[in-house]
Amino acid sequence: MSAYIIRRLLYAIPILIGVNLITFVLFFVVNSPDDMARMQLGDKRVTAEAIQAWKADHGYDRPLLYNAQAEGTDKLTDTIFFEKSLKLFAFDFGTSDSGRDIGYDIRQRMWPSLAIALPVLLVGLAINISYALMIVFFRATYIDVGSVVLLVAMMSISGLFYIIGGQFLVGKLFHLVPISGYDTGLDAFKFLILPVIVGVVGGIGTGTRLYRTFFLEEANRDYVRTARAKGLRERIVLFRHVLKNALIPILTGVVAVLPLLFMGALITESFFGIPGLGSYTIDAINRQDFAIVRAMVFLGSVLYILGLILTDISYTMVDPRVRLS
Amino acid sequence: MPVILTTDALIFLLIAVALGYGVYAAQHEHLRAPWRSVARSRVGVAALVVIGCYVLIGLLDSMHFHPRVEPVAASSAAPAATDAARADAGGAAAAPMEARYSTQVLSVLDVILSGLRERQEKTFSAPFATHLFVKEPIEQPDGSIVRGYPPLEHGGAHLKDPSRRGFDIAVRTVLGAIKGLLVWMALTAGLVWLVAHARGETFNDGASAIWQARTTVPWRVLLLTLAVMLVLGFVAAELAAGYHILGTDKVGEDVFYQSLKSIRTGLVIGTLTTLVMLPAAVILGIMAGYFRGLTDDIIQYLYTTLNSIPGVLLIAAAILMLQVYMTNNADQFASLVERADLRLLFLCIILGVTSWTGLCRLLRGESLKLREQDYVQAASALGVRHGTIISRHILPNVLHIVMITVVLDFSGLVLAEAVLSYVNIGVDPTMNSWGNMINSARLELAREPIVWWSLAAAFVFMFTLVLAANLFADVVRDAFDPRLARVR
Repeated sequence: MSAYIIRRLLYAIPILIGVNLITFVLFFVVNSPDDMARMQLGDKRVTAEAIQAWKADHGYDRPLLYNAQAEGTDKLTDTIFFEKSLKLFAFDFGTSDSGRDIGYDIRQRMWPSLAIALPVLLVGLAINISYALMIVFFRATYIDVGSVVLLVAMMSISGLFYIIGGQFLVGKLFHLVPISGYDTGLDAFKFLILPVIVGVVGGIGTGTRLYRTFFLEEANRDYVRTARAKGLRERIVLFRHVLKNALIPILTGVVAVLPLLFMGALITESFFGIPGLGSYTIDAINRQDFAIVRAMVFLGSVLYILGLILTDISYTMVDPRVRLS
Repeated sequence: MPVILTTDALIFLLIAVALGYGVYAAQHEHLRAPWRSVARSRVGVAALVVIGCYVLIGLLDSMHFHPRVEPVAASSAAPAATDAARADAGGAAAAPMEARYSTQVLSVLDVILSGLRERQEKTFSAPFATHLFVKEPIEQPDGSIVRGYPPLEHGGAHLKDPSRRGFDIAVRTVLGAIKGLLVWMALTAGLVWLVAHARGETFNDGASAIWQARTTVPWRVLLLTLAVMLVLGFVAAELAAGYHILGTDKVGEDVFYQSLKSIRTGLVIGTLTTLVMLPAAVILGIMAGYFRGLTDDIIQYLYTTLNSIPGVLLIAAAILMLQVYMTNNADQFASLVERADLRLLFLCIILGVTSWTGLCRLLRGESLKLREQDYVQAASALGVRHGTIISRHILPNVLHIVMITVVLDFSGLVLAEAVLSYVNIGVDPTMNSWGNMINSARLELAREPIVWWSLAAAFVFMFTLVLAANLFADVVRDAFDPRLARVR
């Protein structure tokens, strides 16, 4: 088991190098740092000095890959590639284009993100599983058909409308909770409840429908038929046999997204003014802060790969038939 | 003078591909059977009619041209010349009296909707309003100035007495419905005749067979859906001639016009993305599964790497870079439309890059299975070349997976456009799209009373398309993947 995990972690290295290369090419080769400086300074007639000064300020005044003027190992390390890309491997994100320490910002902002993402995941999971189980219990009745229609309709609504609608109904019409903002400690609760509700409701359509197929697939298996033939009641069949086995794909799917919860929900956070990583990313995109976007790309890939490894491990834990080799 | 934008060309290419696939599918029973079962599904047919209406509008909007500029004399003779024509005429004034084309790019849809496009108001107005939504100083006949809601320039301007608006709307609705029903009856008669002819029955027998749903293809559902769409369309057209039926936005543009123009953007994102990613996904996926070994490792590495970058961030990074490029090379683009179009295409490509991995992985798995099949083994033992094996034995057997993915992806992509535009990494801000409509309307939500019509319009148009696409995708999936259909 540990050998497997170590091997998987080693596999992750070439992938991260690949991610790094892609971002490097995107950010520095397709457009030179000069282009970036001109864009940031925002004027057509920027002087060459201003561009040089901007580049020096942000550490973009080095050669891309190989510094012929430097001494010794500095030939390779005093370059943009080393400074801006390779250092990401040590989780050294450097400073943003506006001069803030990205690593510090990320550590600060991941907790509000988690405070939304985790409740959304857990409550959503509970609701989706119960609803899907209910549909399966009443399968081939009008409840089933009506629910599926409802779910497809809910799937067809853009997430933006859930947020706008939730904000309008709960916040503006009923004045129950503040529309946006954030606070630390227990006071955060009243700011979090609306985004969490919106997140859960927005996920019901897709989630419940997926779980319903998992349950139905399981409910049509031979062992379920045997259980019914034995004379077990439908309730017991569903909870003891169907639910237990259908939980395998559900749980492994959840494990895969666990690490990504830190990344936060982009749109939700920026709509509700939550100072999490999602709104951080959006702000960076809007301000065209390339350093932050680069850091988030790398962080996202690391977490994704972590999720993949966790998925594989969780398979062996819930399903004894699967062995890692 | 016709103009073919890059996305237009690709749309026509897509249609050609679709037609080619249709011809191919018609000759092969294993592809024809699932489509036949799609055509027999009531939900499928109804969804298809709705999607068809959208596609029709999208296609009309994809035929672009430079409008011909009227000679100067003519336009100065007509004082009611529109803004656009006036601007163009100004440019053409110095030119000799030969055929001149404006630099403006219009589509056929623009011409059909020219009334809507040109009837601009000053700023917000509610649906069916006769007065502006915001108070402005109005000069009274006696010279005094009162703050009030000024009347609209176009919306409801034909009314002599604004209090008769309800009656006028009712009359126009009925008129539109009658027109729509007349067109529908003409189409129905044609269809009934065709069906009766095919069944070898008289017209009356054919009609009653359709009406009692005794036909294998649910023509009745098709006709009913068509009736709804036609009546809605004609009523909207009739009303839009006199009012802004969905209101106007901040700069006074008709929201109904914007919604219709956004259809093309949504369809382009939903379809071209797939067209762009399809070759890479199919070729690489089959290669990985068929050749295995080193090829497989490289391709798997490639898609795992791309997949591990969060999609939104990759798109953001790519679009930011495109913006940098466009700002620094602004002179390369002849017009704003071309620039917006290029950005749309680029968005499709980058969305394709983030979404091809799923299909690629599916195809790899399927090819791995297929290459062990006896007939593939036999072919390879007989010395058939790899290329031939792939095109003869592997490709036809994975086509259903491709088909299902294409249809399933569509609605997700349409929804993604809205989200991306909200983050400002979607289509160009000058382009009409549902995402841009939502984005600009969002800023007005704080107003009191609330400006809701832009959001509502974007919601209705998007919801209809995505719902139809989702329902259609379900039918297609059930038809192509019988295992799932049994389970569900």
